[in-house]
Amino acid sequence: MSSSPILELVGLRKAYGPLEVLRGIDLAVRAGEMVCVVGPSGSGKSSMLRCCNRLEEPTGGRIVVDGTEITGGGVDINALRQKIGMVFQQFNLYPHLSALGNVTLALRKVRGKSAAEADALGLAALKRVGLADKAKIYPGQLSGGQQQRVAIARAIVLQPKLMLFDEPTSALDPETVGEVLKVMRELRESGMTMLVVTHEMGFAREAADRVIFMDGGAIVEQGPPHEIFGAPKHERTRAFLTRYTSWA
Amino acid sequence: MDGLARLLDTFFNTEVAARYWPDILAGVWITIGVGVAVTATGLALGFALAILRAKQTPWFSIPIVMFADIMRALPPLIIIIVFFFAFPLIGISMSAFTATWLSLSLVLAAYAEESLWGAILSLPRGQSEAARSTGLTWWQTMCAVILPQALRLALPPLTNRVIAVSKNVALGSVVALSEVLNNAQSATSTAGNPTPLTMAAAAYLAIFIPAMILARRMENRMQWRV
Repeated sequence: MSSSPILELVGLRKAYGPLEVLRGIDLAVRAGEMVCVVGPSGSGKSSMLRCCNRLEEPTGGRIVVDGTEITGGGVDINALRQKIGMVFQQFNLYPHLSALGNVTLALRKVRGKSAAEADALGLAALKRVGLADKAKIYPGQLSGGQQQRVAIARAIVLQPKLMLFDEPTSALDPETVGEVLKVMRELRESGMTMLVVTHEMGFAREAADRVIFMDGGAIVEQGPPHEIFGAPKHERTRAFLTRYTSWA
Repeated sequence: MDGLARLLDTFFNTEVAARYWPDILAGVWITIGVGVAVTATGLALGFALAILRAKQTPWFSIPIVMFADIMRALPPLIIIIVFFFAFPLIGISMSAFTATWLSLSLVLAAYAEESLWGAILSLPRGQSEAARSTGLTWWQTMCAVILPQALRLALPPLTNRVIAVSKNVALGSVVALSEVLNNAQSATSTAGNPTPLTMAAAAYLAIFIPAMILARRMENRMQWRV
């Protein structure tokens, strides 16, 4: 089963008026695979990710998630989005709800679970990210790293087939980056299929099954991390990685 | 009579007060009744308009913006006069109560819509994106994520406006609504003594000071838990 793609992008295009941000992306992510997407700002990484659950409407191409095309008309996008968890750069926790309230909202509203059922599942998800003791705490009282872990719990509680991470550590203090990456590694080990846009080159190199380098709205190069980081084929990849690793 | 005695006799005349307090009290009930009715319908309509505007379709947005701008620009007195005196000419007659209630409801709705819409706009886009990404519908997102936060932000301007518009129930006196101020003015003319106006002032304080305390309590209770 590990070879069947959970996510398939075919000729994906996105344009804002005359500005083309995605110029035909072809990508398949297999079940259980973790793919990291790297590249300079404005290369279309986040746009591609946000098309995968149609937070952005693609202007061309097809997106297939777990065998269902999500780009066609008459698609129940709300039903499909439950299969696709998303974690944002800015966490986007609901400030008026406790950590547990954040995690259980969709269970109660979308899945129609009772409060008791939702709380039990929500606590289990918070436990997976190491925050069971923070269930009653509001987001404003949590550190950035803790907030992002609650956001991950909010996504995994729906048992998605695919998780999208949009620069999940870019808004964090350096000392809390590690705890979020640790949760992501554990998630990967549990067999979750993950597509991760990141600037954490160390994490991509050591944890990813495959690394995609994007520039100018297209995939320039992809391959296992040791190839991309060790022996990049394209000049643009080399230039980008040199700039990044020279800072780190 | 010295000055203090004259002041007391003119503005705090117990004999006049004893004669006219039933009129003032009757006016108090009218003022409270219209005020409560205006608050309920005005807020309900204003919230409905703000939510429709959040749909961001021109078919809703343009008429809502026009309505809000016109209702906020016109003096409420003119709206009451139009409803009471002009509408009967085109076959729509209404009581003084209805004309005052309807006019002030529309004015409050315009302000409430603007306050809530401003609060909705000020929320980060990521809030609704996060909710939609977990499968919530537009409406579920509005009810469970956007409105609870927007109402909290809009509460101080809303409570101010509710009090300001409720005080305008006094404008109903131009269409002979027998609210506090109107009854007090009639009593003042009949008695030839302004003590009923003092009583009206006391009545306003008795109605609105508790309303303000209630508003402040609500604002304190809904502060962010940080």
